[in-house]
Amino acid sequence: MTPEQIEIILIAVVVAGNCALVGTFLVLRKMAMVSDAIAHSILFGIVVMFFYTRSLASLPIIAAATLTGVFTVVMVEGLVKTRLVKEDAAIGIVFPALFSIGVILINRYAATVHLDTDVVLLGELAFTPFDRLMIAGHDMGPRALWLAGMVGIANLTFIALFFKELKLVIFDAGLAASLGFSPLVVHYGLMSLVSVTAVSSFEAVGSILVVALMIAPPASAYLLTDRLGLMLILGPAIGGISAVAGYFMAFILDASIAGSMASVTGIFFTAVLFFAPQRGLVSLMRRRRRQRLQFAGEMLLVHLSRHLGQPEEMEESSIEHIGRHLRWEENFGKRVISHLLHQSLVRLNAQKDRLLLTERGKTLAEERLGN
Amino acid sequence: MDTSRNALEIMDLTVAYHNKPVLWDVDLSVPEGILLAIVGPNGAGKSTLIKAVLGLVPAAAGQVLVYGKPYPEQRPLVAYVPQRGSVDWDFPTNALDVVMMGLYGKVGWIRRPGKNERKLALDSLHKVSMADFADRQISQLSGGQQQRVFLARALVQDASLYLMDEPFAGVDATTERAIIDLLRELRSAGKTVIVVHHDLQTVTQYFDWMMLLNVRRITSGPVEQVFTEENLHRAYGGKIAFLSSSSSPPAEE
Repeated sequence: MTPEQIEIILIAVVVAGNCALVGTFLVLRKMAMVSDAIAHSILFGIVVMFFYTRSLASLPIIAAATLTGVFTVVMVEGLVKTRLVKEDAAIGIVFPALFSIGVILINRYAATVHLDTDVVLLGELAFTPFDRLMIAGHDMGPRALWLAGMVGIANLTFIALFFKELKLVIFDAGLAASLGFSPLVVHYGLMSLVSVTAVSSFEAVGSILVVALMIAPPASAYLLTDRLGLMLILGPAIGGISAVAGYFMAFILDASIAGSMASVTGIFFTAVLFFAPQRGLVSLMRRRRRQRLQFAGEMLLVHLSRHLGQPEEMEESSIEHIGRHLRWEENFGKRVISHLLHQSLVRLNAQKDRLLLTERGKTLAEERLGN
Repeated sequence: MDTSRNALEIMDLTVAYHNKPVLWDVDLSVPEGILLAIVGPNGAGKSTLIKAVLGLVPAAAGQVLVYGKPYPEQRPLVAYVPQRGSVDWDFPTNALDVVMMGLYGKVGWIRRPGKNERKLALDSLHKVSMADFADRQISQLSGGQQQRVFLARALVQDASLYLMDEPFAGVDATTERAIIDLLRELRSAGKTVIVVHHDLQTVTQYFDWMMLLNVRRITSGPVEQVFTEENLHRAYGGKIAFLSSSSSPPAEE
């Protein structure tokens, strides 16, 4: 691999990790779509400052864009507070307004420079190694890597310092406020992080795919663990792996790197959705099937025990009768019976046409009837 | 009256949503060491009253004193149990961690809770018979168990005044029993407990004081004085079933 390729992969991994880290808190706060809003509206701040600095990875741009991001959240919340607009609609009004102004500004004034709407939407990871950070004539590496790295350190520091506060405010804002931890301060701290992260990822992945990187990896991690600490490690790890896999996918398909990275996060999520050990759909279905079988078995035990010693016992316990009267499909009935036989809750009579309760089966049936 | 000895003193408290009052000029004096139930119909402002005391909703007028001083100066003396439904129980954490949140105020900004906090939290879970569930993910707890975790979180604060928002709502009989035992224990330790309560049938049995609230304070005082047909009628209007035999018309204020 060429040094450029390694640099691109490094940038992609750091950007994806950053996004997943802050995204974890958005997912838990049920504010996933706010990432979409921020990622788009920061374009306004970026464009305005771009006219002065001519480089995406510069401090004034980061500052302006971060302010725009926080401003977006303030606007959305202000609109919601009027009670005239619901939150989803408010998000849908505010960010396209700022984004569209940004687009027009680019068309009108920046047509001749390296900032076009394609870059804005999808980023251009492949070009990032060409923008070098030069200090006193020395090449320090790609500017985007430095930027993403610094933002990553800032994110990690904030989260390490305020882990407890973030957790408390997200889980129970009422308690937080009553204990003297201002939910507002924590909230805007987090929104600033999301904005800074979105800006720093902008050049690499653009304003649409940032959302995928912020939401899909934490949403996957959420299905894999029930500990916040672990979720904060798993999310960025999934993001990082998706970035590497995405790079090679782009290489093979000769397609956009950012697009491939985002696709991989989606593939990852889909896999987790189905195959997560406890919360995945497959394990959920298995559990439901097992529960259904178990419950059906208990119903059958109760049925048998209710007719135990009654004149109709012969008939009620015949396998043929059970099939007709409990209205189960033949296969399901067979599975239920073999399940009970397997657990020695029932046994077959000598003619093998009737079910007899064992002692264990009787006890279980009585327990079930008891509650 | 020397109000500084009262656990809670609410004076002329009005909370409004624009020009619609949710609480209207409410006064309340809560002496130390009692179990007080706040009772009233839906929308009477019971939860709002507790939230206003804690500064979670802004007061349009009036004043609240906790042991003679404004709440922000007395935070360590007050523990709050929000409604169970007010939080997301799918949050990725366990019971012990939730209880430790009660200590965050004492721990302060940035610092992390340590071994000592863990031990206190575990002791507190023990008091509500939930120590075995310390490591359990909170979504896997039943409603009653979740409520007991919330109580443990308040207990661990070792406060003097406890404010609880409907702790009995939707819990099983075991939990109800456990909560009421706990309330009595707190009272014998000299603590004051204020509970938003929904069930008129159990008020006289569980509490020694009650406040009837319906936007305005109808009345408050020892249960045997307050729990009268006439007072209940004034709070609930005609909407109360087991008073249907009453011949007295709703009293005007």
